[in-house]
Amino acid sequence: MSQVAHAPEHPTVTGIDNRKLLMWVFLASDCLFFGSLIATYLIYFGRSVVGPYPHDILDIPVTSVSTFVLLLSSFMFVLSLAAHTRGDYKAFRVWVFCTAVLGSTFLGFQVFEFQHFVHEGLTPRTNLFGTTFFTLTGFHGAHVTIGVVWLLTLFFLSLRGKLGADKNLAVDLAGLYWHFVDIVWIVIFTVIYLTGVALGPGVGK
Amino acid sequence: MAHGNSPAAAHHSGERQHPTPATYAKIATTLVLITMLEVGIFYVQALHSVVIPIFFILSVIKFALVVMFYMHLRFDARLLAWVFVGGLVLALAVVTALIGLFHKGLLLRP
Repeated sequence: MSQVAHAPEHPTVTGIDNRKLLMWVFLASDCLFFGSLIATYLIYFGRSVVGPYPHDILDIPVTSVSTFVLLLSSFMFVLSLAAHTRGDYKAFRVWVFCTAVLGSTFLGFQVFEFQHFVHEGLTPRTNLFGTTFFTLTGFHGAHVTIGVVWLLTLFFLSLRGKLGADKNLAVDLAGLYWHFVDIVWIVIFTVIYLTGVALGPGVGK
Repeated sequence: MAHGNSPAAAHHSGERQHPTPATYAKIATTLVLITMLEVGIFYVQALHSVVIPIFFILSVIKFALVVMFYMHLRFDARLLAWVFVGGLVLALAVVTALIGLFHKGLLLRP
């Protein structure tokens, strides 16, 4: 065991720092946000009257690679948090920068995928699949983008020496957000990509 | 140890020490292996009739591993777990209710 959990900056009734509690409340509310988007996708699943349908267009090998990239980024971030906690700021910067690069790579995959889909004739206005797919994955991509900006902000703050030991909670909070983005993708990858395509040609029609 | 942390305060909030990088590496390996298993199952035509429960179980395991170990919910104060699980249960209820209302066929798919 290398790290000790955070104690609040000021005494609180719960003994938990209010900022950390707020982050968890936000993440709980974001579960509802993404839950609603996933439910909407599932409600309209198989109700598109024109193609392209999920099995026509979703590319499992490419998306699998981007999924591995995002999983790896989460691992990089826990290493960066561990480094920051033990006071190894150089290692922290290396790992947090790697996390941001992997997050950007994931976004690159998403941009590539979206461009490919548009080229193949699937836009948000094409059919119900396009509308719900782009809305769900687009909002996830927006979350990843915010996460990458947050990670790079931490990197540059650390470079300027403004992310010392007293800011460990700030790193922890960024990590909670980043891992949340990862778990949302775990659900999206399973529900939209693997299950949607595996259920076969009949599902999209 | 993180600067400014007080063991007494951490104990008061019910928090425990976080895992080591070695544990994080084991979790990462497990996550990658499960994902490889999912993708492998996807390509087995014979399993397509049972992919929904298989994928559901595997993704729940991945979800739980990230939340418990990477997000430290297993080691942090119990209240945080209740807050998050509360939101998660509510989200699942919303998903189930919406599908039940507007797409019953999806829930009843053989």
